[in-house]
Amino acid sequence: MYLRGKAGTVEAVIEPIAVDNEREGYGRNAGTRRHYYRLAFAMTELWPEYAGSPADGLRIEVYETWLEGISR
Amino acid sequence: MAGRDLAVSKSVHDHSHDSAGDSNEPGYFELMEAALRELLVEKRYFGADEIRRQIEVLDSRTPALGAQVVARAWTDPAFKTRLLADGRAACEELGISFYDDTRLIVLENTETVHNLIVCTLCSCYPRPVLGLPPDWYKLKPYRARAVVEPRAVLAEFGTIIPDDVEIRVSDSTAMVRYLVLPRRPEGTEGWPHEQLAALVTRDAMIGVIPVNLPAGAAR
Repeated sequence: MYLRGKAGTVEAVIEPIAVDNEREGYGRNAGTRRHYYRLAFAMTELWPEYAGSPADGLRIEVYETWLEGISR
Repeated sequence: MAGRDLAVSKSVHDHSHDSAGDSNEPGYFELMEAALRELLVEKRYFGADEIRRQIEVLDSRTPALGAQVVARAWTDPAFKTRLLADGRAACEELGISFYDDTRLIVLENTETVHNLIVCTLCSCYPRPVLGLPPDWYKLKPYRARAVVEPRAVLAEFGTIIPDDVEIRVSDSTAMVRYLVLPRRPEGTEGWPHEQLAALVTRDAMIGVIPVNLPAGAAR
């Protein structure tokens, strides 16, 4: 996962809440529901050598269990 | 859902068989797909006819649907507002159903932002509005490079984006799909809806090219 450990900003909360596919796949906590978040990352955060404009960015939805709050 | 997955694995197969040559032996994924499908039918989760019908629905979708959505957004500001707020609901207004239970986020290209869509993990694509993705969209070079060097990828499609325009790459997931709303070309003021829709191509709605006037069109 190229996003692991990278810092992004939450842009939107995706509705409705969705089941936790990873746990569901192993039959654990069946029916657990949480949110996906639309995240914004700067390309320069993802790729230190990024050659394009520093304004370029990436957007992706990530499930709640993969996120960790940080303060900057 | 199952119908979609079936179609995906089938297209993967057609491809690997092509590159593998003349073997008629079923591959690993083909066997897994058949085993899973037969098991689900046997357990009566759905019938064989439902799978056939779903494939028929999948095959009926083409980029012409997306082009209708774009042309409508260009000519109807209230619709465009609704489309950007909730892509799926606005498409459903036009009679485009979402059989796969995905959300749709419509990304508007402007003077300052150019959007590009990709699925780095596999082949997630706004199938309800565009049909099946092109082969290059599913192959690793595009999937990997679109998020690492989008400007170089766009240049290979002949699209040069000025440095003061932000490139925004959206990486699709199983839950959320994207459709790019391209900029309406200059010189199309007053064009009727159908003529506008005819300008809008699949690649423009993926974001690899802008919508262009055909060569020789009156400006």
